Amino acid sequence: MKFGVAISSALEALIANPLRSFLTMLGIMIGVASVMAMMAISEGAARQVDEQISALGASNLTLRPGASRRGGRSSGANSAPPFTDKTVQALRQEPYITAVSARNNGGVTVISGNDNWSTQLFGTNTDYFVTQAWKLTSGEFFSERNLSQGAAVAVIGATIADTLFDGTNPLGQNIRANNVPLRIIGVLEKKGQSGFGGDRDDVVIVPITTARNRILGAHRTTPKHVNSIEVGVADGYDMADAQTRLENRLREIRKIKPTGTDNFRVFNVADFVRARSSTQATMGLLLAFTAAVSLIVGGVGVMNIMLVSVTERTKEIGLRMAIGARKSDILGQFLAEAIALCFIGGLIGSGLGVGAAELAARMGGFPVSISPFIAATALSASVLIGLFFGYFPARRAANLNPIEALRYE
Amino acid sequence: MKQAPISSDAIIRCDSVSKTYIMGEQKVHALRDVSVAFAAGEMTAIMGPSGSGKSTLMNLIGALDVPTSGDLYIQGRNLAKLDVDELADLRNETIGFVFQQFNLLGRATALTNVKLPLRYSRKLDEDIDARAVECLQLVGLGDRMGHRPMQLSGGQQQRVAIARALAGRPSIILADEPTGALDTQTSGEIMDLLVNLGQQGITVILVTHEAEVAAYAQRQIHFRDGVIEREIRTEP
Repeated sequence: MKFGVAISSALEALIANPLRSFLTMLGIMIGVASVMAMMAISEGAARQVDEQISALGASNLTLRPGASRRGGRSSGANSAPPFTDKTVQALRQEPYITAVSARNNGGVTVISGNDNWSTQLFGTNTDYFVTQAWKLTSGEFFSERNLSQGAAVAVIGATIADTLFDGTNPLGQNIRANNVPLRIIGVLEKKGQSGFGGDRDDVVIVPITTARNRILGAHRTTPKHVNSIEVGVADGYDMADAQTRLENRLREIRKIKPTGTDNFRVFNVADFVRARSSTQATMGLLLAFTAAVSLIVGGVGVMNIMLVSVTERTKEIGLRMAIGARKSDILGQFLAEAIALCFIGGLIGSGLGVGAAELAARMGGFPVSISPFIAATALSASVLIGLFFGYFPARRAANLNPIEALRYE
Repeated sequence: MKQAPISSDAIIRCDSVSKTYIMGEQKVHALRDVSVAFAAGEMTAIMGPSGSGKSTLMNLIGALDVPTSGDLYIQGRNLAKLDVDELADLRNETIGFVFQQFNLLGRATALTNVKLPLRYSRKLDEDIDARAVECLQLVGLGDRMGHRPMQLSGGQQQRVAIARALAGRPSIILADEPTGALDTQTSGEIMDLLVNLGQQGITVILVTHEAEVAAYAQRQIHFRDGVIEREIRTEP
């Protein structure tokens, strides 16, 4: 086959019949546009989920004490003995763990001047900033020294900074949390909504020692208690594997007999978000499939017109054969025509698809993500459609008998 | 097997060629055991009533069809030994077709029409545009190159078709009723053009049923019922 002749003959034929070419392309245009828009929307949703997961810490495992059992009776969630600073220290020795953050949390009222605000107070250790990937807009995190001394310092979230300080610099200022004065040493960068809908920036973070001793209070039986622990799993370790090893280690630490049931829970928060968003992803996929069906319908339209075109141009095909076109030349010409229809339709459709996705983002507030990958996929899909649906008409043209074709009126 | 007379300068040779079509239940013998040779540079008119086999012979010589039995040689090559691509290349490089209805691409200009066979050429050793222009000038249409067939008269369209047939520098021109759609005066011009090609060494074979047209040829072959009825040679 000679590519140059195939392509130029195809383009000549398309230009000779502009209205028909346009109408044939329309099906492909609509198909590609809807595939692109749907992919952009489901990709956008997927990316949003990914962001939520990475905000939660994709390689984090969360540990909570479970129910204590006495005889056959369970005493409800978190009734088992709490974790302690010792648990945290012990877990730090594990090779597959990079960071172990401890957290005690509780609701507090924060007062600054005449303003007061109900918020969450987290007593944590310094690893907490690592596992939660917090960044600062100003100031600093509290130090190990602050932690060991139980210093009255606080790092505040962006919401608190906005609400209580409204534009003025909160650094060095004092707030009172449940009437305990705290000096602000750092302001955190905004994180936005959590995967569960809460405001992650509405938080005051203090050393866990400060929280236990002065603000939230200590456990009735365990002075150095820790409500929940979050561990960061080192790169290169399988999450499920790490979870099993962590569970085994916890059974040792908490002296659970081989026959006993766990009195703690280890879970992967990212898994919850993934599970919750899987319906959303399925929906997006379903929409993209529906759109793909419209692309196939467009392809059938192309095949139909190509068959008409082959019949109409039978005499031309006979002539081309008489003057020396090989079968492959004729096949190539009609295949190129079908592919050109689909490719040009696909190009225009991609433009429309980007427009539709933008519109969905503006009007419907969908998270939209248009990547070159999506455009490339949509375009190559349209070329494949042209190849697939163009082959049958092109083969019919190539297999015409030259004499009969020449005589055709 | 019967041996056909071999003439050393024959560019086309048919050795007891038969062609049988099956039309429904009936067998139609379009050609029966025809042996004929054409010398290089000779102009031959093939005549006969419709159904006499003259068009069938043209299609066989033009490598558009294959005989039921017998052998065809063009420039010494047995067509039966060539595959479909080689036959296409033979049509492209060795043979030029001229049709009664011109068969030009309506949406293309005269120049594009003439370029068409060159674009299918696998040899590509010259500038396609220059060659097409040269051929159009040769048939006297140097000033009509940008015109579409619709904008040209019948005679001019047939000239474009002849230019297209010449573009690939063929050794053979096959003209099927080249003047059938033209008036007498234009027919004369077209025939002069074909005679001129014959004088340049191109073998011209034309199918016609008009005696005045056939008179331009040095040789007339009359067909009837699939066999050669008689042959007339006229000295120019």
